[in-house]
Amino acid sequence: MKKVTNPEMLMVAHAAFKKQLDDKFNSKTGKRAIVICGGTGCLSSDSTVLKERFEKVLKDKGLDGIISVNMVGCFGFCSQGPFVKVYPEDTLYRKVKVSDVEKIIEEDFINHGIVEDLLYVDPITHEKIKKMEDINFYKKQKRIALYGCSVIDPENIEEAIGYGSFQALDKALHMDRQEVINMILDSGLRGRGGGGFPTGRKWQFAYNQESDEKYVVCNGDEGDPGAFMDRSILEGNPLSVIEGMMIAGYAIGAKEGYFYVRAEYPVAVNRLNIAIKQAREVGLLGNNILGTDFCFDVHLRLGAGAFVCGEETALLNSIEGQRGMPRPRPPFPAVKGLWGKPTIVNNVETLACVPYIVREGVEAFTKYGTEKSKGTKVFALGGKVNNVGLVEIPMGTTIRELVYDIAGGIPGNKNFKAIQTGGPSGGCLTEEHLDTPIDFDNLVALGSMMGSGGAIVMDEDNCMVDVAKFYMEFICDESCGKCTPCRIGTKRILEILTKITNGEGELSDLDRLEELAEVTKNGSLCALGQTAANPIISTLKRFRDEYVEHIVNKTCPAHVCKNLISYHVDPDLCKKCSKCARNCPVNCITGVPGKETYKIDTTACVRCGTCLSACPFHAIYKK
Amino acid sequence: MKLQEHAIKEIKEIVAQFINEPTPLMMILSAVQTKFGYIPMEAQELISEETGISVAEIYGVVTFYSFFSLKPKGKYIIGVCLGTACYVKNSQQVIDKFCQLLGIQPGETTADGMFTIDALRCIGACALAPAVRVNEKVYPQVRVEDVEKIIDACEKMEAEKNEKGN
Repeated sequence: MKKVTNPEMLMVAHAAFKKQLDDKFNSKTGKRAIVICGGTGCLSSDSTVLKERFEKVLKDKGLDGIISVNMVGCFGFCSQGPFVKVYPEDTLYRKVKVSDVEKIIEEDFINHGIVEDLLYVDPITHEKIKKMEDINFYKKQKRIALYGCSVIDPENIEEAIGYGSFQALDKALHMDRQEVINMILDSGLRGRGGGGFPTGRKWQFAYNQESDEKYVVCNGDEGDPGAFMDRSILEGNPLSVIEGMMIAGYAIGAKEGYFYVRAEYPVAVNRLNIAIKQAREVGLLGNNILGTDFCFDVHLRLGAGAFVCGEETALLNSIEGQRGMPRPRPPFPAVKGLWGKPTIVNNVETLACVPYIVREGVEAFTKYGTEKSKGTKVFALGGKVNNVGLVEIPMGTTIRELVYDIAGGIPGNKNFKAIQTGGPSGGCLTEEHLDTPIDFDNLVALGSMMGSGGAIVMDEDNCMVDVAKFYMEFICDESCGKCTPCRIGTKRILEILTKITNGEGELSDLDRLEELAEVTKNGSLCALGQTAANPIISTLKRFRDEYVEHIVNKTCPAHVCKNLISYHVDPDLCKKCSKCARNCPVNCITGVPGKETYKIDTTACVRCGTCLSACPFHAIYKK
Repeated sequence: MKLQEHAIKEIKEIVAQFINEPTPLMMILSAVQTKFGYIPMEAQELISEETGISVAEIYGVVTFYSFFSLKPKGKYIIGVCLGTACYVKNSQQVIDKFCQLLGIQPGETTADGMFTIDALRCIGACALAPAVRVNEKVYPQVRVEDVEKIIDACEKMEAEKNEKGN
């Protein structure tokens, strides 16, 4: 690709590449296209092998000249991956295996039919659905932050430009810097990383600082276990984040930007590196961008596995080569940030929204959302739902719509128990909150938070005390140790929870938990400590009866806590096959094959559950 | 223990590659960790000599981040995801089974240097929950009864590699 050094050249390039994309999707040149999901989820299911197989078979059949094979970013509907989409018909095949490749080529491309058994089947109507937009999972979605993901090739800057990349930057460079900030202020964009602080105000603070050096930092240290939207954006359309960063840089007067991305995301890191390299090559990063005085370059730094580095000041310390421990605020990073210079730290999803707002206008963004939370939010749906994946929905969508319409409800006709939003810093919401419209303030009012958008659904088989313990283990591991209430408070809370799940708890422990939660919340420097006890507070409030059950009756109602359950054989179902006894690691199951039903010695049993999964007749149960 | 000649050379090269970056320590440590699989004290001393950063500070950083390791890891690093989505789908039982079969705890390496078990905090493959990653390969929807097969697969792979080597 040729260098793009002024707005006219960008216009020409955009028009040319847009035509190329249109031709690809609409088959104007008679060429058809296959796109394959290249997100981490699908790559783990061998979508690279799938691509190679398509290329090979097409070549062998002499079809490679008229059918192109492309890799794109995440489709979002991860539980149905890997996806293969065929243009121009727009047919979506799901759960495609390498062995399906020849069938698709034969039936779809040669015979112009459809491979029926690879289509998505609606779990309720049992209807086969051919197009992506007709699937319930996609119907209520609106892609703003995920713009371009699953459409363009993330490793090809030409496609990104054809799909609108750098249009917003061009527009911003023709505006006054304060006007750009006003636009973001008017859009009501709030930080998507957790706190929900108004992005425009952050920019304004940094703009107001007099300094010859300022920095924009993109926070891609997505630590919430169960959230992966930032990764998918970086994998699907990295240039949208780079462009957002450049607009921020122009607005506050920064010349350099730093990406801080988790090292656990190798695909995202690789694609970001490619995007940075390509943008430099065509002159869209570097000096005098688009013929203006604006100079900007970006650097990439990797995290090294510390959750606390998602906190902005800890992140800055990490970039500075130190232990990732938070700094006291004020001074805020906008005043004194990276290397002591004014710095704004914005999350990946936040920056990905910026080009959309600038390009399409404030109203195109504010028409979605609630009064105080504008636009859309990406959620990572996980846990006990039928449709696991990534969805971008307008703020104000209710939890019920999210869990039942989009995520398709709970598998196996089990009952909904709770949804945890905001990860380890959030809280759980129950049935009574299902009709709450999701936005920043509603979630906080209910004792949870938006966080980065993780949404984990739990059903009747999940023990809430165990879940609370899980989050506390995580926080305890990840507390950096700087503040005593967080370092020791979380440890003490974990000890009490362990005691309770072991069946050694006392009722007075619940008061102690509440007291510790309060101290940890009030006495910690950063958000990690301040929110550490949220899962405890919310489960204590909404599932107190489960705690009491563990303490008073020494039972775990969901049959999860190991010390409080025992395994038994149902003599009516036992077929005396001896499989349980043969699999038992401690030989505590006795019986005679074919003659005598088997019995478990509960005093010797180590409760490993091996027999339960080994029994072909479901004769073993937990009590 | 003394560092071998080639290791000294390689560490020096890594330092030289990043030394002109502002605050290069994290970048140097990441590169050394990736290259050697761990960062022993001797390597930290060498980095200290080359950069002028005190050993105490380097040691502080190395021990803060879970990616950096002071000890070598096994040939097969079994990472069991304990992210929330995997945890609510029983990944704790999966990691317990690995520990039971290999006789080690998370974070430890078997005496023969074959296996390390790591408890991972979300690899982002939530749709594949519970997920287990062995080196680069991700095993989706792992059940307790699959654990033995995964270990067997690694041992088979290693045997094949040794055969080829001989």
